[in-house]
Amino acid sequence: MHSDARPPLGLTIAAIGGLLFLHLPIALIFLYAFTTEDRSYQFPPPDLTLKWFAVAWNRQDIWPPLYLSLRVAAIASGMALVLGTLCAAAMARARFFGRDTVSLLVILPIALPGIITGMSLRSAFAIADIPFSTWTIVLGHATFCIVIVYNNAVARFRRLGASMLEASADLGANSFQTFRHVILPNLGSALLAGGMLAFALSFDEVIVTTFTAGQQSTLPIWMLNELVRPRQRPVTNVVAIVVFTATFLPILAAYYLTRGGEETAGGGK
Amino acid sequence: MESAHPARGQADRLTGVFWRRPKLLTALLIAPPLLWLGVVYVGSLAALLLQSFYSIDEFSGVVVREFTLKTYAELLIPSNYDVILRTVAMAAAVTVASVVLAFPVAFFAARYARGRWKAVFYLGIMLPLWSSYLVKVYAWKLILAKEGIITWAAEGIGAGSILNAVLAIPVIGGNSLSTSYIGTFLVFVYVWLPYMILPMQAALERVPTSMLEASADLGAGGLRTLRSVILPLALPGIVAGSIFTFSLTLGDYIIPQIVGSSRFFIGQAVYSLQGTAGNIPLAAAFAVVPIVIMLVYLTIARKMGAFDAL
Repeated sequence: MHSDARPPLGLTIAAIGGLLFLHLPIALIFLYAFTTEDRSYQFPPPDLTLKWFAVAWNRQDIWPPLYLSLRVAAIASGMALVLGTLCAAAMARARFFGRDTVSLLVILPIALPGIITGMSLRSAFAIADIPFSTWTIVLGHATFCIVIVYNNAVARFRRLGASMLEASADLGANSFQTFRHVILPNLGSALLAGGMLAFALSFDEVIVTTFTAGQQSTLPIWMLNELVRPRQRPVTNVVAIVVFTATFLPILAAYYLTRGGEETAGGGK
Repeated sequence: MESAHPARGQADRLTGVFWRRPKLLTALLIAPPLLWLGVVYVGSLAALLLQSFYSIDEFSGVVVREFTLKTYAELLIPSNYDVILRTVAMAAAVTVASVVLAFPVAFFAARYARGRWKAVFYLGIMLPLWSSYLVKVYAWKLILAKEGIITWAAEGIGAGSILNAVLAIPVIGGNSLSTSYIGTFLVFVYVWLPYMILPMQAALERVPTSMLEASADLGAGGLRTLRSVILPLALPGIVAGSIFTFSLTLGDYIIPQIVGSSRFFIGQAVYSLQGTAGNIPLAAAFAVVPIVIMLVYLTIARKMGAFDAL
């Protein structure tokens, strides 16, 4: 549905208002990171300062959660890359028995609310007596990241089609050479985009993590504790900007990597 | 000619096997992800179900691993039942508000935006969708705080008394916006809105322009076309979006914990029961509630053709 007519004024205002509603609150975070007021959320800020960035940098309790978050996100998105690509490759090859079940199974961890995934893993750890560790966090994250990689890869496989692979085989390449020289270069940017989106999703995840982390603290969990019991609000504002940037940049990059195709990244979170 | 071929290695032999038996390769490819999802995810869901049929010994606080329906019966205690009703009511309100707010954005993006504006709308919806959930919730804590921007703006335009009147409404009002149901509701709508816009926009883009012209030719005005042509055709997209807004609200526990009154939603009940209270069976039973509600919801949605719009 597309029209060349001019849109009604009311509709234009409502649409732009909707976009502003989505963006202004985030802009506010940036303003608050510079406020000199450190006891309340006073608006407008009485004065502006840069000192909170230095204070946050020197806070020793922020670095371990940041490292943990980075490590978990790196491992989880790596595992999701392998599992998601394998799954997409199998789905692109053939129609087989139980195909719909597999695609449902891939989507389910992200379609059901995080609390269900989290509570399920928590129940399983309790039954199997598995102690909390970095790996219990990774287990959860990798599970809901698979679908992100899968979505990106499956669209690219569909575009690749069978003829290129047949041509490669005709020219004498074996399956592994075809994978290395034909599939991988074609799949590259889609996988990179999927991997970055998975990284962003994992880096930011908090609901499932609270069930699988035990006493450990990822950066979002650190932030959540600060939100529930604020100790130093301006430092939280700075951390919020860091978390925002760490998720924002991969998303933007993923968009530019897959732009122009019909399968632009991020269509389904 | 045979001598012209390079020596055949293991890789070539495997390629031959894959060629003769294509199903073998498919099976090899699908096995690792299927094992992972089957063991980790489905296994965990089974564990959740299992736990919900256990119970807790009231005196020792130890989980009794015997089948019982006692834990589910506890959900019907008024204080627990209220939690479920409150959550479902909130999810319904959030869904309706999201439909209303999302429609103009989706409609504009589908019908009028093109070229650079198309990209602006695409990124403008996609970036808030993907950007940090906690940061978004935190931003609203700043906005809704008693000393925050809304109070400031309301007093600036002389509407301070209106704000106070809204906060004085029983049940949904409160001490400040950030401790009231109104605040919780606003944050839910904000955070889930992009999930409503995207499927709605996808459905609207599939409405053929010729149908709108036909409607106009037959004498229908803008509103009549909207009601009789556009909305029915966009309905699957709206239902698809409502699956997200409804399900995500049912299962969230961070937002009502940070912005809202101290009364529990399902997610908070699950979290506090499994944590400090150590009552995993009841927490599991609470977690099964959104699953059951969503299964019913999905069955209805499938009948309305919502899955074609995903």
